[in-house]
Amino acid sequence: MPDLLIELFSEEIPARMQTRAADDLRKLVTDGLVEAGLTYASAAAFSTPRRLTLSIDGLTGESQAVREERKGPKVGAPDQAIDGFLRGAGVAREDLEVRDDKKGQVYFAVIEKPGRLAAEIIAEVLEKTVRNFPWPKAMRWGEGSLKWVRPLHSILCILTDEAGTEVVPLDVDGIASGNTTQGHRFLAPDAFSITNLDDYETKLKRANVVLRADERAEAIWNEATTQAFALGLEVVEDRGLLAEVAGLVEWPVVLLGKIDDDFLGLPPEVLQTSMKEHQKFFSVRNPKTGRIERFVTVANMETADQGATILAGNQKVLSARLADAKFFWENDLRVAKAGMQPWLDSLSNVTFHNKLGSQKDRIERIAALAREIAPSVGADPDLAAQAAKVAKADLSSEMVYEFPELQGLMGRYYATEAGLPSEVAAACEEHYSPLGPSDDVPTAPVSVAVALADKIDTLTGFWAIDEKPTGSKDPFALRRAALGVIRLVLENGNVGNLDSLFRRWIYGHMDGEAILSSINPIIAEINNGAASLAAISASDLPPLQKVAIVKAQKLTADLNISEIKSKTELGRRILATSEIEANNLLSFFHDRLKVFLRDKGIRHDIIDACIAMPGNDDLTLLVKRAEALAETLATDDGENLIQGFKRANNILTQAEAKDGVEYSYGADIKFAEDDAERALFAALDAANAKIAPAMKAEDFSAAMTAMAALRAPIDAFFTDVQVNADSEILRRNRLNLLSRIRNICLSVADLTKIEG
Amino acid sequence: MADKPRSFQEIILRLQTYWAAKGCAILQPYDMEVGAGTFHPATTLRALGTKPWAAAYVQPSRRPTDGRYGENPNRLQHYYQYQVLIKPSPPDMQDLYLGSLKAIGIDASMHDIRFVEDDWESPTLGAWGLGWEVWCDGMEVSQFTYFQQVGGHDCKPVSGELTYGLERLAMYVLDVDHVMDMPFNDPDAPIALTYGDVFLQTEQEYARWNFDIADTDVLLQHFVDAEAECQRILDAPADDPKTGRKIIMAHPAYDQCIKASHVFNLLDARGVISVTERQAYIGRVRTLAKACADAFVQTEAGGAA
Repeated sequence: MPDLLIELFSEEIPARMQTRAADDLRKLVTDGLVEAGLTYASAAAFSTPRRLTLSIDGLTGESQAVREERKGPKVGAPDQAIDGFLRGAGVAREDLEVRDDKKGQVYFAVIEKPGRLAAEIIAEVLEKTVRNFPWPKAMRWGEGSLKWVRPLHSILCILTDEAGTEVVPLDVDGIASGNTTQGHRFLAPDAFSITNLDDYETKLKRANVVLRADERAEAIWNEATTQAFALGLEVVEDRGLLAEVAGLVEWPVVLLGKIDDDFLGLPPEVLQTSMKEHQKFFSVRNPKTGRIERFVTVANMETADQGATILAGNQKVLSARLADAKFFWENDLRVAKAGMQPWLDSLSNVTFHNKLGSQKDRIERIAALAREIAPSVGADPDLAAQAAKVAKADLSSEMVYEFPELQGLMGRYYATEAGLPSEVAAACEEHYSPLGPSDDVPTAPVSVAVALADKIDTLTGFWAIDEKPTGSKDPFALRRAALGVIRLVLENGNVGNLDSLFRRWIYGHMDGEAILSSINPIIAEINNGAASLAAISASDLPPLQKVAIVKAQKLTADLNISEIKSKTELGRRILATSEIEANNLLSFFHDRLKVFLRDKGIRHDIIDACIAMPGNDDLTLLVKRAEALAETLATDDGENLIQGFKRANNILTQAEAKDGVEYSYGADIKFAEDDAERALFAALDAANAKIAPAMKAEDFSAAMTAMAALRAPIDAFFTDVQVNADSEILRRNRLNLLSRIRNICLSVADLTKIEG
Repeated sequence: MADKPRSFQEIILRLQTYWAAKGCAILQPYDMEVGAGTFHPATTLRALGTKPWAAAYVQPSRRPTDGRYGENPNRLQHYYQYQVLIKPSPPDMQDLYLGSLKAIGIDASMHDIRFVEDDWESPTLGAWGLGWEVWCDGMEVSQFTYFQQVGGHDCKPVSGELTYGLERLAMYVLDVDHVMDMPFNDPDAPIALTYGDVFLQTEQEYARWNFDIADTDVLLQHFVDAEAECQRILDAPADDPKTGRKIIMAHPAYDQCIKASHVFNLLDARGVISVTERQAYIGRVRTLAKACADAFVQTEAGGAA
């Protein structure tokens, strides 16, 4: 059983692609080998900045011979059919055998595939893998046509067994396989030969290359924390950065450096972001003060001066970077302390979306909405509106221009410097949250109000201009915004009925720009001369369209949109469209809610059963109902009740279809013959007495428990009583009784939607 | 040359000597205003077609929006790039590059030199390539790119391109903190000049002109004129009636493309181009660049038979 070792040695592979590439190499090669009839015991792949390596142990030495028989056309079939068969089977005509079959003589092809040596298969599979490798971005170089992530320099491909090591011969675009590799670019550049994985790993280490990325990462982390610990400091954990840095070096050398005292006054997040984004440095914190005081850089080099020159260089680069950051911070502080007005003013020059106005327009809307939502989330309306007005001011600051990822956080610092209330400052940072499904949801009422207003304004805005997410395209992250609203509402209490809120807000968005875009075709006609302005004025177009057209032609200013909206035909159309879009947005929310609840273990049919009920635009109620239903269905009674309900419903539906009437009223206990029948009457009365008030009090749990209690009487009824009695009076009475079951159950949730 | 260079010009001279020794034609700067060394036709146009090419040159470059009146330690509206283009890219391109660092006094055994992913794309030139920014002790000292496409044409063979930001590199090698303090010529020369002696005043003058004085109406007209002239040149029939030869004027047309690109940069610095217009202007320059590339590959230098 030989072992296979492959190394693809190239110029520096981007760090972010290495792990995935090693995985792809393993998968493509092992799949290819198995498909060609080889088996193996185990496979492992490794990556460094300059190499992808694959080791496969316990490979079979050759593939099995395969014999296959294929039945072809009848003797005497047209040549075309026979030729087609020959092509498919890959044999010549004289090799066909003629055999007797039930229907006469038939051609048979016997295909013999001899076993092949592993080396031959490996060469084939590896060449194909290299030529079709799924790099996110690949390139050509020199005069070649081969594509790789960066120029590929050598291929090591060896098979090793008891007898020794042999090179698997192959050639990809002039790169011939061999048994040699090189060490570290600067520390051990000479080539050396390899016999197997152990030998490879040992010799690489001697040549200043640590093969395994996790070993490099661990070494970096251990050394960094040890050096920091010795100074009473701690390294700020950052797994993403650690993985990236481990992909930038073959021979990690950890160096701990000082941050100039001048910069220690910067917010720790600024230091951290600047060091990480620009320099790939780890931050080192003083646990006593919480301040970032030092940094860790990871070099790929050992030097005679123990890294002193390298560290000095890095420190100098950092100082230049931080001097920039400090410059931004100080400029920003001046503006912040004076109240941030210039930032707010400049937001009117920043377009949010060309159909939804500037950032400033948007901020005005968010402030109005935050004020409206505030009472229902327990926030002071004035504070909420004030917070909304400054929450995005930092977008104009120099620091956020340089480091967009610090938006919000800088807002908090600057709002604090401006002397604004702490709730307002907190909202500046928190109103963007939650950004993802696992991100924390803000709980401070003012932050919640602004966060909701921000997201609802975005959603209704893009619905108003018909820029909804489609398929995998969601450029404005609207799915995330909707999920954010859902989580904010569920974790912080109620904003009430979304439907009317959506309608009003979508209607509000449909102003000037949206109207203009709706009449663009007419404007185009005027512009290309197909219609004249005079003709438009004389036409019987709705007045708003006339005015809008004139406005578009820049012939007049001052158009009072809201007045026109309320008085014109187009205004009525906009109102109707708002309703349709609000509905559509609500369905979008329901879909998001399904995904969200499914992750929490609530089945989609349970949610459907609750969405079908009135008041489904109140997310808090909707979820309470779904949770209660899920809980009920998890009980034995609940599960069986569904069966009873379905049976009642089926019988009723059939009878109603057959008789052409609706059995909905008038079941009378005086026609009850059977004990089980009488018991059901009593049970339904009892259930009704509990369910109606419970539903009114929105106590779904109590309502559903009462409903589940119907299980036994319903079961007994179906066991003992025949609904389709001979007597028409009895039958009708029983059908009406079934309809009471249906009505009671449907008042809780639409159980017809429950599957199973 | 193991010793350290002592001035800005010595670094340039050493790069010139090094790349000359490696077989590059040492060209002179292009005599037009450009945003980067890549715009020099010796790079943009010569990266196209099949003919082998090896050139190195200093290119003065202008980025009007980067002007800081000479006050920022390393931001300038006028600066120098050193540019190397070799087609086809040789297999030892990385080693050649490292050799050039050694030539200017960066000893690889004492420093941490790294190739960090950086994909290059020029929307104005319709060009892209893959490569790295090269770090020396955490500082970016060069861009290293394998050109894949220029002017919408696939590069076959592929050129290897190196760009050194000369001021920043020199400040590092010479251990200077502010660009204006950097010795331009030998600091022991009878008339020793710093970078500031040569360029501080011009930085101030141009920053003022770029940001506040340049006549935007005139510039807008220049843009339109350059665009029209470029198109007109390319529309002229290839056969020249006077000489009876076929003369496609790819270079004169490309000059107009460069001009349009620079005028756009000036307009941008004057703040008269909105976000949406920006894309449109870039698209218009790209259209010119592509048309020039189309024309160049029809010429002899562009590899046409």
